[in-house]
Amino acid sequence: MIEFLQMVLSGIAVGSSYALMGLGMVLIYKASEVPNFVQGEMALLPVFIAFMMLTSYNIPYYIAFPATLIFAFLLGCFLEFGILRRAKEPNVLGLIIITIGMEMMLLGFVSWKFGADQRAMPFPISSYDSIIIGDIFISTLDMLTLVVALVIMLSMFLFFRFSKMGVAMKATQMNENAAALMGIKTKQIRMVAWGISSAVGSVAGLLMAPILVEPYMMWDPMLKGFSGAVVGGMTSLPGAVFGAYIVGIVEHLFGGYVSLEFKSVVAFVIIVIVLCIKPSGLFARHYVKKV
Amino acid sequence: MDMKRDYYEDVRIFTSGAVIFWTGILFLLLAIFPFVAKNYYVYVVNYMAINVIVVVGLNILVGFTGQISMGHAGFFAIGAYGTIVLMTHASFPFLLALPCAGLIAAFIGFLLGLPALRLEGPYLAIATLGFGITATQIIGKIKMFGERQGLHAPELAIGGWHIETDKDFYFLLIPITIALVIIARNIIKTRVGRAFISIRDADIAASTVGVNLTFYKTLAFAVSAFYAAVGGGLYAFVLRFIEPELFSMFMSVTFLTMVVVGGLGSIMGSVAGACLLGFLDIQLRNILEIPYFGDWIRMLSESYFTLTGASNIQLIIFGLILIVIMLFEPLGIFGMWIRSKKYWLAWPF
Repeated sequence: MIEFLQMVLSGIAVGSSYALMGLGMVLIYKASEVPNFVQGEMALLPVFIAFMMLTSYNIPYYIAFPATLIFAFLLGCFLEFGILRRAKEPNVLGLIIITIGMEMMLLGFVSWKFGADQRAMPFPISSYDSIIIGDIFISTLDMLTLVVALVIMLSMFLFFRFSKMGVAMKATQMNENAAALMGIKTKQIRMVAWGISSAVGSVAGLLMAPILVEPYMMWDPMLKGFSGAVVGGMTSLPGAVFGAYIVGIVEHLFGGYVSLEFKSVVAFVIIVIVLCIKPSGLFARHYVKKV
Repeated sequence: MDMKRDYYEDVRIFTSGAVIFWTGILFLLLAIFPFVAKNYYVYVVNYMAINVIVVVGLNILVGFTGQISMGHAGFFAIGAYGTIVLMTHASFPFLLALPCAGLIAAFIGFLLGLPALRLEGPYLAIATLGFGITATQIIGKIKMFGERQGLHAPELAIGGWHIETDKDFYFLLIPITIALVIIARNIIKTRVGRAFISIRDADIAASTVGVNLTFYKTLAFAVSAFYAAVGGGLYAFVLRFIEPELFSMFMSVTFLTMVVVGGLGSIMGSVAGACLLGFLDIQLRNILEIPYFGDWIRMLSESYFTLTGASNIQLIIFGLILIVIMLFEPLGIFGMWIRSKKYWLAWPF
């Protein structure tokens, strides 16, 4: 029983970082209707910037981390404004290809600049300490991830519920033309959505960086976050969080009880099963195409 | 200029004397190429030919049927491993093992097509992507497939013809490639191909005029998987050694890249895209050895970047090509060809 709870807890901790990636993915999917393959690398570059600031320039944490998030925000805005918006006659496949292209460029740039060495980023709290609750262990870093994820989710909820910008964003996602007629600058809203998504992803990246910093570090979280978002329905923010936690927990339980070797592919099995039952995910209203 | 007056004009391969002439020249060049070129370049052309096979197959699925697949490295791996295992364990001859591996992959493609019937857009992308990753992971854990150590390709002999060098293999590979490209082109021109295209353009409308969506969507997956697997089986003998890490997600993405750069929904575009990007792919891996440019890159890497990461410039260039093509010419190389043809046909005006 203890073992089971331990696995669930680790699953939730991992699921938190998946949830952050999934949130970013859903934000962008709702804004631009494209599955965003650049999500991982949008977080990767800021993480490396933070790494560089902390190790090469010895900038203190309280400056480096906010600066990183601001950089991430601007990076996201630039990708939308400078590249994606310029697409001629975009269709879904074309947009996917553009995000893949951006992903390759950022990944190539980061690997060229920093090499493929595996490093760890300095971090205010040690990644080896752990807290013991009853008989269950949880590392402080996992605990921090969990708390930060919850704080971000809560602030996003508040943002979409109470801020003018958040409501405008929701309106744009519901009906772009109507929103534009109401005086909302929909293009600007879309750009900001990319920026927020990038910043949220970078938080996940920064929380993973104390353990490992290397150019391919964001691949797995990105794919798992994507899986979680698809399980949740791709258009629902709570759905993405829920899906990501499911993926995290099932992954750990599968790794513990069935087979450690196939732990990393179980997420895709979950997707196929969920999509066979509900083709638009668990939380999305099924959308029937009209002729 | 491309007006078609009857069915025969639509289906025939050679639309004019010029096409016959240039095709003849191409075949002639392909025939004398291995005798004049260095061995390394024969290897490069073999690599490009394999890309052509896979990309033409993928274009049937992505460009003509409109179903995205990001998991073709999985089928590619099934083909490569299937061919080698059938040859070593079941002692099939090569020419039988290759289509058998293709049929196995086609069956798996059919199975993958079943859930894909209900999915579209991002859902299909992640499901196929998951398939690609899962297939490679599973293959890497099976003992008969050499687990992580990989497999060596067995001796290759057809009848009394022992194929040892790249040049020998070239003479086996190029006819297969040409045949497969012509078959793909003919599939597109028949009833099946028209059904594929109608599914891409409007699936509901297609089903109302009697196109069986279930049958044709799964068929598109199966055909595409067959092509990928045949390409994989041949690739195993170009490299002579395969391991699970080769068939990464990056490979699937590269295939998709080639389709898009060549032009969605165009067989000749796919051939061009596969040749261009296949060539770039293999050349940019050793970017530091390119004369002049390589030295410059080395200098740049040493002062601002890392030398070990310099091979990743390939990723930057690929990404840049993708973005530029999608932004300025969504139909890829084929679109450029069409546009320049129109321009020159009406030239002074």
